[in-house]
Amino acid sequence: MSEYEASGGAGTPAYGTPSPAGGTTASPEPAPEPGAPTAGAGTAPVTAAPVLLSVAGLRKHFPVTRGAFLKQTIGTVKAVDGLDFRVHRGETLGLVGESGCGKTTTGRLLTRLLEPTEGTIEFDGHDITHLSTGDMRPLRRDIQMIFQDPYSSLNPRHTVGAIVGAPFLLHRTVPKDKVKPAVQELLRLVGLNPEHYNRYPHEFSGGQRQRIGIARALALRPKLIVADEPVSALDVSIQAQVVNLLDDLQTEFDLTFVFIAHDLSVVRHISDRVAVMYLGKIVEIADRDSLYANPRHPYTVALMSAVPVPDPARRDKAQRERVLLTGDVPSPINPPSGCRFRTRCWKAQDICATQEPPLVQRLDDPATHATACHFPIEEGETVAGRRPKNAPAPA
Amino acid sequence: MSTGENLDWQGGTSPAAEGELRPRRVSSAFLEVRDLRIHFPTDDGLVKAVDGLSFSLERGKTLGIVGESGSGKSVTSLGIMGLHRGPANVSGEVWLDGEELIGSPKDHVRRLRGQKMSMIFQDPLSSMHPQYKIGAQIVEAYRIHNDVSKAVAHRRAIELLDRVGIPEPASRVNDYPHQFSGGMRQRAMIAMALCCDPQLLIADEPTTALDVTVQAQILDLIRDLQKEFGSAVIVITHDLGVVAELADDILVMYAGRAVEHAPSEVIFRAPEHPYTWGLLSSVPRMDRERQERLVPITGSPPSLISVPSGCAFHPRCPYCDLTGGKSLTEVPELRPTSTGHEVACHLTQERRRQIWTAEVSPRL
Repeated sequence: MSEYEASGGAGTPAYGTPSPAGGTTASPEPAPEPGAPTAGAGTAPVTAAPVLLSVAGLRKHFPVTRGAFLKQTIGTVKAVDGLDFRVHRGETLGLVGESGCGKTTTGRLLTRLLEPTEGTIEFDGHDITHLSTGDMRPLRRDIQMIFQDPYSSLNPRHTVGAIVGAPFLLHRTVPKDKVKPAVQELLRLVGLNPEHYNRYPHEFSGGQRQRIGIARALALRPKLIVADEPVSALDVSIQAQVVNLLDDLQTEFDLTFVFIAHDLSVVRHISDRVAVMYLGKIVEIADRDSLYANPRHPYTVALMSAVPVPDPARRDKAQRERVLLTGDVPSPINPPSGCRFRTRCWKAQDICATQEPPLVQRLDDPATHATACHFPIEEGETVAGRRPKNAPAPA
Repeated sequence: MSTGENLDWQGGTSPAAEGELRPRRVSSAFLEVRDLRIHFPTDDGLVKAVDGLSFSLERGKTLGIVGESGSGKSVTSLGIMGLHRGPANVSGEVWLDGEELIGSPKDHVRRLRGQKMSMIFQDPLSSMHPQYKIGAQIVEAYRIHNDVSKAVAHRRAIELLDRVGIPEPASRVNDYPHQFSGGMRQRAMIAMALCCDPQLLIADEPTTALDVTVQAQILDLIRDLQKEFGSAVIVITHDLGVVAELADDILVMYAGRAVEHAPSEVIFRAPEHPYTWGLLSSVPRMDRERQERLVPITGSPPSLISVPSGCAFHPRCPYCDLTGGKSLTEVPELRPTSTGHEVACHLTQERRRQIWTAEVSPRL
């Protein structure tokens, strides 16, 4: 990728010496919190804001059972397997990865729609990991979710007024006779006609339905919104409208977003920091610009180079430089030992199979850029056309 | 199939009919679609899914059809294949290798389908039969068109699975669709489409359901196969990146009509239709500087039952006022421009170029 040459390390203070093994810390100490404001590190202003959400060692394992009568557990799907990250107030953290990497499960754990198997989730200073439904209720005001599919996330038998007004009635933040004007205000805010209060979801287009979902999420003036693929189901022209709307709302209400998506270009557009997930783990987390200019993890590099470039003039170049991964993501029931990406990685060596690489700062990256790889991509390294060693050569 | 042919010719002259020899001129192109119209009568009114579409395609070339949902791109491909459902009014001509398909008997089109032309669908899970083995489904398709024994067809199936990159094809041929991952199912689907060496391959959103890394593999495969077989390919997608990767020519559709048709470098370097500009500015791009704000197209795509008068894009077009009201009343024809590029817009070419260089291009 040409970005490597373009963004040299000039002017960047050296944080540790790049070793052949790539890691700056080989000690078994807990990995420094990625994205945490570190003294002396040139952190972006956003990351200096107080921490709103803090996740440590988060795991979610789903049992795999066999037999209808005498249920036996024959394994576990390690959907999320040890996540550590923080989200600062007012910032947008993007979670990217392919299907099956655990990003949706992560979103559901953060909103406590799923019970974590292990680890802690701290929100605004409170440990919410194992709060009961009742104890969680007041916090639901602060944590809301926007869903992917605007067709199945709205009750078709309820009017828009009932859908968007439900949070007010449940939390009694607004007196009953004020609910209607409050809902209409919300509709106006998300760009819908307030007169459509009595309409049903089927009367709206996909983009408008997503706006209804956003209005519902905003009703209680939450602090954190977990948006799970909010624009994936929309047409391109509508996608841009919704992305801009989320942008405006964030500024207006000082919202913090966890933005889950598989589309790397949308994530780059909307996020301040980005975490790349693979098989239930974060493989790389960094400030947006740092990640997109200097991706360190081979998986991040492969993912980025796979995005088709809308420019036929650069088509041949893009194809030559593409890192083609073979095969599919391995099963999360029985993930590869050591580094989980090693089965598809062209840089994999023996150590990758035995030792799991910690998520730490690598090479001369800023302290906010952490990578879980024994052999991170160095600047200027040629990665074009790389395939795993045992993979068949292209025809 | 061609019931109601006369009904659809109301309003406006057909560019194909005018000044040309009737009866129909035999097309010299490999695939030529002339003034194709596919209308579906419904309780709410007539849905004009495709409304006067013409294009042609040669062997070894790829045409990309781009548009949002409801622009008629999928119905176009189904119409060419003769697969559209329900009581549809179809008119116009589809010429495939010197044969007209719309007026042909159904049996004849069925014989061509799978053999001369075949299709890859978006969702391989719902377009494969869950209760039959992958191999059996390929064998069935192969044996319909070729008089061979089951054993021969089975060997052909293994060979095809191998060609599309399925590991251990000899054993995987006996798997059921659910045992394959999404990417492998799409490969198997491509193998099935290729079993009779079709000369026309239509891929309807072939990678939309797939992850980017798998998408890159599948696009690679389609490209390689085309080189190998020299077939004509139509790729239908909403993703500008995918067409830029595959297509030689691009046709942009809006509300059942073509609004712009040009070689793909031209579409991306100097597009002339305001809708194409809108599409290009709505997508964030990885290969450019990050912009603070995207520029979306306002409003939403029209209903195909009541398409706006004049230019169907006019309610969403920021430059509609510059045509002196012509956009509101007159449907723009797809006309060739001096750059060898076809555009359906009432703005003068000079004006369009000026807007592109001064306003649209800088913000991309």
